[in-house]
Amino acid sequence: MAEEERAEGGAWYRVYALTWFWLLVITALEIGVVLAGLPRGWLVALLVVLALLKASLIAAYFMHLRYERLNLIFVVVVPLILVILLFAGVAQDALNVFLLRP
Amino acid sequence: MSEAMQVSQRQDSATSAWGGGESPFAVSWPKLMMWLFLLSDAFTFAALLTGYGAVRLTAGTWPRQADFFNITAVVGPMTFILICSSATMAVAVAAARRAAWRTAARFLWLTILGGLLFLGMQAFEWTGFIREGARLTGFVGHQAGDIPAMFPATFFVTTGFHGGHVSSGVVYLLVKAVQAGRGRASAESIEVAGLYWHFVDLVWVFIFTLLYLV
Repeated sequence: MAEEERAEGGAWYRVYALTWFWLLVITALEIGVVLAGLPRGWLVALLVVLALLKASLIAAYFMHLRYERLNLIFVVVVPLILVILLFAGVAQDALNVFLLRP
Repeated sequence: MSEAMQVSQRQDSATSAWGGGESPFAVSWPKLMMWLFLLSDAFTFAALLTGYGAVRLTAGTWPRQADFFNITAVVGPMTFILICSSATMAVAVAAARRAAWRTAARFLWLTILGGLLFLGMQAFEWTGFIREGARLTGFVGHQAGDIPAMFPATFFVTTGFHGGHVSSGVVYLLVKAVQAGRGRASAESIEVAGLYWHFVDLVWVFIFTLLYLV
């Protein structure tokens, strides 16, 4: 029993170490992408994708969401659709002003 | 069989997930409540960042962040420290689950140290920014006319809100570290505290990307 628990603990540490490693790699990549001076549109798109990737890694492995019941995952993830609606609603107005500027 | 199929199947009310016989989420209420709180907190930060995006798009001009903040020497390391503190927090949670209280307490203290380091570097950065003339309501001094007032305003409000979360997280973890050191914290309460701490790290991912890098 104790042996089993120790093995399970070791498996967790491995997951955490891997998550930590990839988070750092993506962060370094983000800074590298900024320093590389890509075209503006590509830069923003790439940075947002990398940020979403990092956030998913943290939620899935550090916060164990991946190992929770599907019910709980839906409770947490589905309402975030509202954030997209929020962005879409505000972006329309902001982009109008942006495009009106000479 | 998937969870959804299990739910959709007709079962006795006592055994179905939503029938009242068991928790549909298979987590205790503190953990469920923390998740719901974090969800609401995510909306708060989403609103702040959406507002930031809107005023930045409509501002016309926006200064280069690199002129004010040192991305590679200060903000990058802040991100590094926060990610590391999230990793030590995860280790503390795993140790607490195995009832290894000394290890749990040690890693909680490491996490607190990371949080304090982060806050110290943020204070350093704020000081530099304020010395250059940044105020909550706009720039003062010789650069006042060139920089939109919303640049410092969005910066202070968003990073301040996040820093407030880190500060309360440090207090939260201090309580847990002392309790764990005495072997008086439940493994679950440390896991719930961990959820909060990881969320603060998760929010920083977006603040770092949108306020400093984009």
